[in-house]
Amino acid sequence: MARLIFAFVAGGLFGAGLFVSGMTDTTKVQGWLDVFGNWDPTLAFVMGGAMIPMALAWLVAQRRRSSVLGTPMPPKPSTEIDRKLVLGSVMFGMGWGLAGLCPGPSIAAISYGGAGLFIFLAAMLTGMAIAPFLRARLDKPVPAE
Amino acid sequence: MEMDWIWGLVGGLLIGSGGAAYLLVNGRIMGASGIIGGLIDGSAGNTKWERLAFLVGVALLPVVLTPIYREVNTHITDNIAVLVAAGLLVGLGTRIANGCTSGHGVCGMSRLSLRGFAATAVYIVTGGVGVVLFRHLLGVI
Repeated sequence: MARLIFAFVAGGLFGAGLFVSGMTDTTKVQGWLDVFGNWDPTLAFVMGGAMIPMALAWLVAQRRRSSVLGTPMPPKPSTEIDRKLVLGSVMFGMGWGLAGLCPGPSIAAISYGGAGLFIFLAAMLTGMAIAPFLRARLDKPVPAE
Repeated sequence: MEMDWIWGLVGGLLIGSGGAAYLLVNGRIMGASGIIGGLIDGSAGNTKWERLAFLVGVALLPVVLTPIYREVNTHITDNIAVLVAAGLLVGLGTRIANGCTSGHGVCGMSRLSLRGFAATAVYIVTGGVGVVLFRHLLGVI
């Protein structure tokens, strides 16, 4: 039960942050990406601001084996830059630029995004359902010449 | 408009505090695409309810804050083809790359993860190319 309550609190902070920072406004996200248009630097402040508490949390996490609630801490990150990371990020970047939405804001804006947001969400969830099949294909080694 | 960067910074600190709490209290990485995707493809296992509780928080706090906030508008496009294509690309891409702006960006880069920096560089550059291509060259967004 404590895990659910704290997950809700963490999600609430995340949702509140996405909301007040303007990151659920697609014009602000596309404005950051549009270097040849009316460039909007807000996203850099959001990302920078978010990394401050997060970096401190990682410093604390390094000294601990388990979380406050006794669950194990995440393992050390992989350093492998494989084609899944690159290809997936290319696809994500294209979609992010096209609509100005990434997964977090698409949930945060659910109460005021209207029909357009629900169409985006339905397509995103479909993509997430298909992804494991594409991942499995990409896991296969590249055939030699 | 001139105050936008302050709101950005305040919002960013809130986002990072959420990520810090999720890591230190629950022992989990706050990556939105992973939290949602795990529920969709069935890989969530016994973390299903924890993920749902997180997402309820994400969706609910804006509802609570809406009456006291200056402007609430996503300005989302009404072009259905663009919405479907973008949604599919975001869903597929984030799950293939195993992370999005929150997982690879906020959580990954703040622990100096090489994969976090690489993914973020790729999706920001591609996103920029996408906006320039679809807005300035093709005029569809």
